[in-house]
Amino acid sequence: MTETKVSIKNLYKIFGKSPEKMLPLVQKGLSKSDLLDQHNHVLGIDNVSLEIPEKQIQVVMGLSGSGKSTLIRHINRLIEPTGGEILIDGEDVLAMSETQLRELRRKKTSMVFQKFGLLPHRRIGENVAYGLNIQGVPEDEANKRARHWIDRVGLTGYEDHYPGQLSGGMQQRVGLARALATDAEILLMDEAFSALDPLIRFDMQSILLELQEELHKTIIFITHDLDEALRLGENIAILRDGSMIQQGDAQEIVLKPADDYIADFTKDINRAKVIQLRALAKPVANFDGPTLRGATVLDEALSTLAQAPDQTVGVVNKAGELLGAVTLKDAIEALHG
Amino acid sequence: MEFLMEFPALGRRTLSGMKQAVDEAFKAFSRTYGEALENFFDPLLQFLIWLEKLLLAAPWPIILVIVGALSWLGSRSWKVTIGAVAAFVVIGIFDMWEDTMATLAIISVATLVCIVVGIPLGVLMSRSDRTQGIITPILDVMQTIPSFVYLIPVVMLLGIGKVPGLLAVCIYALPPIVRLTNLGIRLVDKDVLEAADAFGASPRQKLLGVQVPLALPNIFAGINQTIMMALSMVVIASMIGVKGLGVPVLRAISNQYLALGLMNGLAIVALAIIFDRVTQSYGKRLQAYRQGHGND
Repeated sequence: MTETKVSIKNLYKIFGKSPEKMLPLVQKGLSKSDLLDQHNHVLGIDNVSLEIPEKQIQVVMGLSGSGKSTLIRHINRLIEPTGGEILIDGEDVLAMSETQLRELRRKKTSMVFQKFGLLPHRRIGENVAYGLNIQGVPEDEANKRARHWIDRVGLTGYEDHYPGQLSGGMQQRVGLARALATDAEILLMDEAFSALDPLIRFDMQSILLELQEELHKTIIFITHDLDEALRLGENIAILRDGSMIQQGDAQEIVLKPADDYIADFTKDINRAKVIQLRALAKPVANFDGPTLRGATVLDEALSTLAQAPDQTVGVVNKAGELLGAVTLKDAIEALHG
Repeated sequence: MEFLMEFPALGRRTLSGMKQAVDEAFKAFSRTYGEALENFFDPLLQFLIWLEKLLLAAPWPIILVIVGALSWLGSRSWKVTIGAVAAFVVIGIFDMWEDTMATLAIISVATLVCIVVGIPLGVLMSRSDRTQGIITPILDVMQTIPSFVYLIPVVMLLGIGKVPGLLAVCIYALPPIVRLTNLGIRLVDKDVLEAADAFGASPRQKLLGVQVPLALPNIFAGINQTIMMALSMVVIASMIGVKGLGVPVLRAISNQYLALGLMNGLAIVALAIIFDRVTQSYGKRLQAYRQGHGND
């Protein structure tokens, strides 16, 4: 089991004139709509707790207005919570002074924004070096590191352009390079790819996954797109109206949706490309016959299943140990939900 | 019936008593602090005198070269540069060189004072709505109150001379740079500021690295307006003893010399146009990075 990097405990955020006075009411169970009708306050985050493991991609998914962007801004305290706790490496973020908080934002976290947030008056090279300039890294060193990351995101040769001269996809590569250049352990990505068109979005996801394979950052990725969530997220949390309604990996979200809302979400995705054999395997004592790895998705497993004797295959993990068996019937049922 | 026809004003005696009290109080204030204020403004006076002497002492070809060079640096346009030099040549031919140098000196110093005072004030204003709420009406008063009205206390305090003239020019010319600095900073994209915050920028780093650079085109528009307004005060300033193009204009008004008034008036216009074109095109060049927008 990996260690927890960021821990969010019973987080509340209420927007309005006197949120502190509203907090006890909400904690006693006042609903979002009643809070708005009776007290004219908006409940942004409603008792959210989330343990984010280190070196993995944690996706937070929800439709607009679900509070996901508000949630991610609490982690580096761009937004002050009304109640609750946030710990990074066991350190209480809410207890930090201005200076400590700046240090956290400079060294430990970095952020990629939906609207890129690039500095229009700085060239690409200067934009990527921005975090380093803020930290006071010497100019030469900062430029060297910036150039490295510009190369890594595939923008070599664009150092002297201004952001306004680049396309959206290229601008977001700059945003990603800027975030990576500070070597922060935690990468906060707020709908980072949502403003890009589908093909470019897919490219950017690939770049991110590729980089993550060697960098092993703790990535918190906000999205409203389930396909994106399932592709990137090792862990997925789903928010609705400011409260957490399900947490788990892609398999659990697709196979055991917590309620109709999530079931509705998952209806339109290509289940054959998401569901893995390990999620369907039923324990058996021993098995002879063809075996497949647990991480195989149904799309790839179906032909083997159909040809196997008894239309059943064994499922093994990376080490080759038997996890269980899956029948073609199980697989087809899983496909239909 | 009489009550309704005539507004129930304070009696003449009460009013004159009040006016007298205010006048006396201000006279007392001016007796006590007049000298201290004069000393306070003395460095400014020395600087103004130094600059004026320098401009007058310098051989005219050098001034022409400097005018040409500054115009070129600011505008990067041959048209503006040649126009500026030609205007100065014509001014010289019509024997207005000395007055023009004096005017140039006071305009430069006034603009400098306005920048030094106005930009920090604008920054301060952009920081809080309350400060903005306090400063805005003061700026409104400064811009609309007839200049003669604030000339009275200024002259009472500091007498007739360069410094009160400079002060009068500054009071009138300061508002645009304050307003436009404030506006420029407030218009900076919130997303960009949030990004700066997320990377741990301190308030100082945000101000100098993001807000001021992005507000620069607006700040420059403010400087441009300030220069224009300072130039328009030249004649009024000459009434309280400021040398320059305003003096002959004033003489022309009181003696009905049409040609003299027209010549010097046109010289002021020429200066205004040169300053305006040069600063405007410089301001535009500051926004070079905005080119190429609209491809997404």
